[in-house]
Amino acid sequence: MFPTTNLKTLIVSFLMLGVLFSCKNEPKTATAPTNGKAVTKEVEQQGQAFIADDGSTPNVLQIAMGSPDHSTLVAAVQAAELENALVNAGPLMVFAPTNEAFAALPAGTVEDLLKPENKDALANILKYHVTAGNYSKEFLMKFKKLGQANDQNVAVEVVGDDVFVGGAKILASVPAGNGIVHVVDKVILPPTE
Amino acid sequence: MKKHTYLVLGLLGFAALLTGCGNGNQGKSSSGALNSSNAEKVYVAPGEHDEFYAFFSGGYSGNLTVYGLPSGRMFKEIPVFSQFATSGYGYSEETKPMLNTSHGFVPWDDAHHPDISQTNGELDGRWIFINGNNTPRIARISLTTFETEEIIEVPNSAGNHSSSFVTENSEYVVAGTRFSVPIPQRDIPINEYKGNFQGALSFISVEPEHGSMDIKFQIIMPGFNYDLSHPGRGKSHGWFFFTTYNTEEASTLQEVNSSQNDKDFIAAINWKKIEAYVNNGGGTKMPANYAHNVYDESTHTATSTMKKEVLTVNPLDVPGAVFFLPTPKSPHGCDVDPSGQYIIGNGKLSADLTVHSFDNMIAAIEDKKFDGEAYGIPILKFEDVLAGTVKSGGLGPLHTEFDAEGNAYTTFFISSEVVKWKLGTWEVIDRKPTYYSVGHLMIPGGNSRKPFGKYVVALNKITKDRYLPVGPEMEHSAQIYDISGEKMELLYDFPTHGEPHYAAGIPAELLAPKSKKFYKLADNKHPYATLGAADSKVVREGKDVHVYMSTIRSHFTPDNIEGVKVGDKVYFHITNQEQDFDVPHGFAIIGANTSELLVMPGQTKTIVWEPKQVGVWPFYCTDFCSALHQEMQGYVRVSPANSNLELSWSLGD
Repeated sequence: MFPTTNLKTLIVSFLMLGVLFSCKNEPKTATAPTNGKAVTKEVEQQGQAFIADDGSTPNVLQIAMGSPDHSTLVAAVQAAELENALVNAGPLMVFAPTNEAFAALPAGTVEDLLKPENKDALANILKYHVTAGNYSKEFLMKFKKLGQANDQNVAVEVVGDDVFVGGAKILASVPAGNGIVHVVDKVILPPTE
Repeated sequence: MKKHTYLVLGLLGFAALLTGCGNGNQGKSSSGALNSSNAEKVYVAPGEHDEFYAFFSGGYSGNLTVYGLPSGRMFKEIPVFSQFATSGYGYSEETKPMLNTSHGFVPWDDAHHPDISQTNGELDGRWIFINGNNTPRIARISLTTFETEEIIEVPNSAGNHSSSFVTENSEYVVAGTRFSVPIPQRDIPINEYKGNFQGALSFISVEPEHGSMDIKFQIIMPGFNYDLSHPGRGKSHGWFFFTTYNTEEASTLQEVNSSQNDKDFIAAINWKKIEAYVNNGGGTKMPANYAHNVYDESTHTATSTMKKEVLTVNPLDVPGAVFFLPTPKSPHGCDVDPSGQYIIGNGKLSADLTVHSFDNMIAAIEDKKFDGEAYGIPILKFEDVLAGTVKSGGLGPLHTEFDAEGNAYTTFFISSEVVKWKLGTWEVIDRKPTYYSVGHLMIPGGNSRKPFGKYVVALNKITKDRYLPVGPEMEHSAQIYDISGEKMELLYDFPTHGEPHYAAGIPAELLAPKSKKFYKLADNKHPYATLGAADSKVVREGKDVHVYMSTIRSHFTPDNIEGVKVGDKVYFHITNQEQDFDVPHGFAIIGANTSELLVMPGQTKTIVWEPKQVGVWPFYCTDFCSALHQEMQGYVRVSPANSNLELSWSLGD
């Protein structure tokens, strides 16, 4: 992943953010965070995404956060403030592009999307990766299309044993407490209206 | 690639910095109950009263709970569809008939959508209705005694979910089926669903003076799922609107198969037209079997009658009475604004809300601008009836309520928030998070012509860490928001009981003055009443022993009974002689295979006791009625089955 020095810099900057913008109705800010994730928690504060629960089956967000191959996706979800939508009772099916998939986008795309003024556009793209449902890769073969959380449909194609969703191939699948995460090899861009 | 990642994280920090706390709209004033003015807004000083009554459905408790707003204090649980050992409801001989159905005694149900009776589209506070979802029933509860007075079973229905909403003058309480079924029920393969299953929408008339319910007619609709409904009001009075899903008519794996169509329908029913049709002799009488249970306040006793016929209407026989309005994404809530102009479909798999215009609908019907038909029922063109779309940015809209200022408030389950938007412009004005995963919401009068506004209560499905943990099962949380300003403000958070689906709120001043304080003993027409201690007696009729027992602070008359034998069936008919507010007496006897009785002043209630063992067995008052409550007790001597001991009874001998 990242070199330790950079990680430390990040932690420090997040810590400072935490100090500057700690929220009054979040009393649990006393413990010193030990990694970037913990700090993020304090910046963003409230909702189901921030409940401490180590015992339950991980939800789709926790699975993404635990995967080193999905740090870009997680960062994007946090920038779009969609954490709470992903920890809902669901069921939710998330098509999770890898870091490599994000890196394959034209230069500058990710940086643009992460700008605060593009938060809605980013949220729209991310929601295009989410279905209200919980279907295995095999079961997805029954579908021609899926209705996505951004209100657009995405095509489902089967080529041999492979399932492609909006052109992105399912590489692996991880069941979650509130649905399922399908790891995909491409960022699925919603059709422009 | 790595470079990108760093940038992403760096920018993330920046984004967090810019947006501050969580959900963007969290300004300085949003620190919830820590804000002292918010605390004042929900503080009802000791001895003071709340401004609103709120009736929360109990969901799987089968009952209805009564709360005060803004305090969130619970006042009462009213037993409706479930046995309630606290009062003896459903256990006492008088109330057992309330839970009779065509399936026999059904002591539980899933209570969903309370709705308060209306006059001229405004809450009149006479009755509140609620549906039993599982074994289809509609209950009417008095808002004078706060007791269930009537339950009618709904035949040809299953999963009685798009219920129990009242028309503008409480002409009807409406019950729509969620599950379509074969009508009449018959033995057919499940995969022959399509075309063979049908959905009944029942219009239950409400007699204006006493509220007695009777199924006036059932419209037998195509085999869709009828999810929720609301009446037209004002200009759309005379119409009723139902959301549908599973217009695919799938009978298996609905989570996939009933989401294939981009649009389902809102069914618009001109019930006035159908009413006129049946009043002129239209419709088909069909054999049926359903229970009608009525509680009589003067005898304090319920009776159950099986009805054997129901009037059905084929919508094709009443041209111009039923239309379909295409509505995207398996709409759940179906809500009508206070003017009656807008019909809102909350497409639960969507981000957007679809708002239909009543005027557009009428114009399209008049111009016969149809876009095909479903089972002969004309489908209107989506574009022709659409008034607007609310681009909410939220996920999973479920339900909408209204204030009196032209604003609507919609819950979003997946994104856990309430979104405030403006009718007519469809612009989003405010959004606030809920904790967590909100289902229904309630504004007092928020689904009538006259909303009272002031508060919205979000009824959440998931509690998790909101309260001290109490094991895996948590009561559901509710949050109350002040909606008197432009922005909503979270005031308070309180647990509810069971699983509240919908709720109904009404100003306290409309109910409190007429709340009954006690039942007049002189009006007690119970056949086993004991109207004075001197009338107490014990009567044997074969193996049945009837104890006419009176209670007053602090004794039972009689309190010593002898001559009861093993194998007898002893009926304790307890009449409370008190004539003061809030002086109930309880009755419990050792080994009773039923509950206690809680008997209100002036009331008579009965439990059956079947002694199985010889001995002397005590009974006592369960309600701490007085300083000598602990002395309020008695004994029954139980002799062997072959004993010759005569019955005798006494007090103070």
